[in-house]
Amino acid sequence: MIFEYAPAPESRAITTIKPKYGHFIGGKFVAGSKHFATINPATEEVLSQIALAGKAEVDAAVKAARKAYTSTWSKTSGKERGKYLFRIARFLQERAREFAVLETLDNGKPIRESRDSDIPLAAAHFFYHAGWADKLEYAGLGSSPKPLGVAGQIIPWNFPLLMLAWKVAPALATGNTVVLKPAESTSLTALLFAEVCQQAELPAGVVNIVTGDGSTGALIVNHPGIDKIAFTGSTEVGKIIARSVAPTKKSVTLELGGKGANIVFEDAAIDETVEGIIDGIFFNQGHVCCAGSRLLLQENIAEEVLHKLKKRMEKIRVGDPLDKNTDVGAINSKEQLAKIVELAKVGDAEGGQRWSPASELPKKGYWFAPTIFTGVTSAHRIAREEIFGPVLSVLTFRTPQEAIEKANNTPFGLSAGIWGEKGSRTLWAAQQLRAGVIWSNSFNKFDPTSPFGGYKESGWGREGGRHGLAAYLKGVTGE
Amino acid sequence: MNFYGLVDGSEASLKNYLKTLSGVDQVGANARAAMLSTRSIKTSSKRWAIDTAISMVDLTTLEGADTVGKVEAICTKAVRPDPTDSSVPSVGAICVYNDMVAVARKHLDLIGGKHVPVAAVSTAFPSGRASIEVKVLDTQDAIDAGASEIDMVIDRGAFLEGRLIDVFNEIVTIRQVCGDKAHLKVIFETGELVTYDNVRKASFLAMAAGADFIKTSTGKVAPAATAPVVLVMLEAVRDFYEMTQKRIGVKPAGGIRNTKDAIKQLVLVKEVAGEEWLNSKLFRIGASALLNDLLMQRMKMDNGYYASPTYVSVD
Repeated sequence: MIFEYAPAPESRAITTIKPKYGHFIGGKFVAGSKHFATINPATEEVLSQIALAGKAEVDAAVKAARKAYTSTWSKTSGKERGKYLFRIARFLQERAREFAVLETLDNGKPIRESRDSDIPLAAAHFFYHAGWADKLEYAGLGSSPKPLGVAGQIIPWNFPLLMLAWKVAPALATGNTVVLKPAESTSLTALLFAEVCQQAELPAGVVNIVTGDGSTGALIVNHPGIDKIAFTGSTEVGKIIARSVAPTKKSVTLELGGKGANIVFEDAAIDETVEGIIDGIFFNQGHVCCAGSRLLLQENIAEEVLHKLKKRMEKIRVGDPLDKNTDVGAINSKEQLAKIVELAKVGDAEGGQRWSPASELPKKGYWFAPTIFTGVTSAHRIAREEIFGPVLSVLTFRTPQEAIEKANNTPFGLSAGIWGEKGSRTLWAAQQLRAGVIWSNSFNKFDPTSPFGGYKESGWGREGGRHGLAAYLKGVTGE
Repeated sequence: MNFYGLVDGSEASLKNYLKTLSGVDQVGANARAAMLSTRSIKTSSKRWAIDTAISMVDLTTLEGADTVGKVEAICTKAVRPDPTDSSVPSVGAICVYNDMVAVARKHLDLIGGKHVPVAAVSTAFPSGRASIEVKVLDTQDAIDAGASEIDMVIDRGAFLEGRLIDVFNEIVTIRQVCGDKAHLKVIFETGELVTYDNVRKASFLAMAAGADFIKTSTGKVAPAATAPVVLVMLEAVRDFYEMTQKRIGVKPAGGIRNTKDAIKQLVLVKEVAGEEWLNSKLFRIGASALLNDLLMQRMKMDNGYYASPTYVSVD
């Protein structure tokens, strides 16, 4: 290559990672009892020791949240709550670079994404909900909407800070207090967010953060002192949560898995469609619940699109997530990598044709090359199960009706994309698709004003927008 | 002429050929160009990019106030952009109005710049508002004076009226005038075509008609060489190569004033068309002020500090 980009790594100097962390309960950091390691998935370097919350810690966090709710937060006016949210948003912006570097170190995602997408969107969620805090009466959700109380929130590892923002911002804006548990493998930005809460002088106990694994999550879900559970994660765990809370009075919102269909009609603008396909499946290494992991190509353009897609994939830069020119970073964990490898093997065994661009992956860390499977049909497992990695299944269709049938032929219903220049057909297709989010000539675009959530096994309720407020208010449903 | 077998010269065949083009989604093209502009080019790759960009500059003066003295001055600069450092490459070409072609050619030859071609803007540049007879004479005149590159403008009025065959025929005619004596660059004035669909259509039209290069703008209309417009044109030459095995060059012109912008252009070339286009035979940058910024950045990389602008020559 004559024009090889020299390494352009973002400096780590802006972050300070402590050797060991505790929990954030009642406005203070408290030491944990047991710990586990959190690693940088790009290098397998141990970054820190994260505390594993047991019953005592979860009890303390719920107690602190309840106390803050009854004594302070439920009595704080919407205008005042809004001020805190604005302050948090501004601190997130001020410390954006620090958050971005830390997110990339702990998660493995490219710095370009944490810098240009995760952190700005997280700040935007706080700004947006800050604006709602004193206007809830006018949201069309009743004349005097009331908070639920204490919300238990469990978030995934794919967008650690952003998912925290999706959960915490609406909860606080509507007057709830929270006990939040970040994912086991990505706790660091949540713990840095706890510092921001202190910096913003948020009343003690309004936000409590306990770290841990699934056992900690179960303690939160089953805790009698919690009024609402908000969970983002796998459908498998979502079902367990739904069963646990069914006999209780707890409100629930679930944002679960997906197998998004990205439908390309014959008149689509091909080059931009190829970009959209790339964004749809390789953004964040494909660790995206709404990823466009099923590509549905109209048969008469399938060959051309695939040719251009492969050419484009050859230009994807996989490697050091801290390098500003990296497009695809590391797989978040060993377990996730094993799952992707296994499902890709299933794809091979089922007769799918696997293709990846020639590239050298780093020796250390967890990596999986961007991959497409062609010759996939609706009966293949890789067309049905969520892989949650950089693996695209390519199917074809002959007519718009067939495209819709195939797109809807899934237990999931989170997202879909429609590519084509014919507006009438796009609107028709959007009405037929059973998916919560539908993008037209774009994919994976997020905005706090837009509600997000799924049909069927992709979840209950909506997050973001006016609809998202309903999930944290009494007497209104999230749907 | 067989137009690569794509068009037989009839209006119907031209329409059919252009009908096969897929559209360009404006939002998507802007997003792709914006993403590529975040590429971070450092150290050795920056050094390579600066020298390559210098070798691609079509050093331009297109003013009513151009004089023999002014043209001779930029010719001198074109051959040795940095008089104190002979490792700096010569620029890609000199670009002047017709009547200055002979002046430029003579001066370049005199100072050891035989390798630097002279490009003339032609066909009633910049508006293109003249009869085809005048345009032919204009072009012939420039070639006779020693121009080995012709930068012609298309008839944007005809394009926007839908008289694509007239635009096509005009390019074919000028191509014939150029013969094997001059390279033909076809200027679209993308600021007047406005939509990316038009840019893509104009690109395929001009390439089939025999353009050696497709060029964004005259420099007299804003916006000129925006990143998404260059992206669309680079996609066009890439696709045209797949169709015909012929590589057409691209020349953004207008609005590229500093090193950062020039490096962004090179990133676009690398990631959209491919590295085969990363040389002055297939990529040029029409500019005047850019060269000095490239030289200053080059000095900065060598010396570790920014020198005063007085260390580079004024044009």
